[in-house]
Amino acid sequence: MFAFCADPGLLPEWQWFLCYLSSGTHLAFYASFGTVVLLLALAAPAALAFGFAGALAARSHFLPARTLGALYIAMVRGVPDVIFFLFVPVAIDQGLEYLVHHATCPEWTEPIRRGPDFIVCPAAKVPQPTAPVPVQDAYAFTLALVAFALVFGAFAANTLKGAMEAVPRAQLETGEAFGMTRGQIFRRILLPQMWVYALPGLSNLWQILVKATPLLFLLGIQDIVYWARELGGTKTSIYSYPHPDWRVWYFLAVLVFYLAVTWASEGLFARLMRHLSRGQATAAGEALRRAAA
Amino acid sequence: MQKWIIAAALALAATGASAQQVVRLATEGAYPPFNFINDQKQVDGFERELGDELCRRAALSCEWITTEWDSIIPNLTAGNYDAIMAGMSVTEERSKVISFTQAYVPPTPSAYAATSADANLKGVIATQVNTIQAAYIAASEATLVEFVTPDETIAAVRRGEADAVFADKDYLAPIVAESGGALVFAGEDVQLGEGIAMGLRQSDTELRAKFDAAIGAMKADGTLNTMILKWFGPEATIF
Repeated sequence: MFAFCADPGLLPEWQWFLCYLSSGTHLAFYASFGTVVLLLALAAPAALAFGFAGALAARSHFLPARTLGALYIAMVRGVPDVIFFLFVPVAIDQGLEYLVHHATCPEWTEPIRRGPDFIVCPAAKVPQPTAPVPVQDAYAFTLALVAFALVFGAFAANTLKGAMEAVPRAQLETGEAFGMTRGQIFRRILLPQMWVYALPGLSNLWQILVKATPLLFLLGIQDIVYWARELGGTKTSIYSYPHPDWRVWYFLAVLVFYLAVTWASEGLFARLMRHLSRGQATAAGEALRRAAA
Repeated sequence: MQKWIIAAALALAATGASAQQVVRLATEGAYPPFNFINDQKQVDGFERELGDELCRRAALSCEWITTEWDSIIPNLTAGNYDAIMAGMSVTEERSKVISFTQAYVPPTPSAYAATSADANLKGVIATQVNTIQAAYIAASEATLVEFVTPDETIAAVRRGEADAVFADKDYLAPIVAESGGALVFAGEDVQLGEGIAMGLRQSDTELRAKFDAAIGAMKADGTLNTMILKWFGPEATIF
């Protein structure tokens, strides 16, 4: 990055560190923080959407939808997260390849499963092995994102279902008295009021989601944990910047990052809660009303 | 991000129209001098140089990817890449799942490294998971502790969690040499494995034949030995 970095062996200490901290691998380490933030930014709304759909299904008056919703919530919540994180991407990947295989290579007669091998015709590889590395990375990232959305969606579904049921019955009855339809009551009364009940659960879930992002590492995505371990390990003189075991400093940096993210979101949720409590028939809403009066 | 989406869409659209065959070589990237990620974020090391030369000779277009050692075989059988070059020794057990080319590094000694030369080699021994060294210690009277990465096995000995680390001597040699006396070799070397070779899917016989021929040619003209001596030093075992 800097011209004087060409021969790191001869540099004074501060320049050595400057070069070391701006090496190609370190730039990748810094970029991986962006990967984690991007995952959070996409996984949270996706999980909320899954959760909302799951909650609606579980509360549906239509039996198959109700069964499906209950099954989704019970199944995902009942299996260790890590199992799901390992299972979902592999299942989607192989499922997708299986479908494309049958669509594109009907003349292929050899079996797909040959002993331990899972082999589809070359055209059915998803993504194509010839695809550029960013596409491969984006694909792996998307699979991880789906796994996160699926797992955290199930928890969110349960939270949202509980929140929908927590809205006082009297509020809904008022809507009925005005002659509103079921859909109108849901949109005009239940939906605006449920969030205040859902928020404590959702904020919990968000903190868990933040702390679960190192699972990316399990899925082979080069996240901050991967780079911290990789960069912190002992480096012999085969590397340009040899150093002893510095993992403790790298993991400390990762720890500070997570602490900063959870601390900042704690504050945001507190503000959001205040905002949502305004005018609500809850203790927090009452406290706000008193303070204003 | 938008560029990614467009690229992904294009890649999907191109499904079916297969371009020139790209062979994807997988390595661990954490096992210097066999393979490691250099400071430019490129795969580097003995296997990088050898793999590139083999691909050139076999007229294949190759690209490198890194993956966790522990899942390197399952990912091969799943078709996520086409060959493994990761300091992997040929063993009977692995040969049941994947197929190997002829060896590109002759059977090399494994060695113990510890904080003192009289370390208790029947005590707690650190190895990397799923290696021939791990299998050897498991079958001995010593207590085995396994780690995911080779670097962690060294760290375990340094902080006294294990009495010694047992690994390929070629991997340990530079670490011992640069430890400033903190680590030394202990006990006798042990000869393990049937040499280090490239691993492929059992169904990929055509690709294996190509690499086999290229390795054979490099053995015959002496370039493989030159490369081994360059990366592992003048005392390395050659063909």
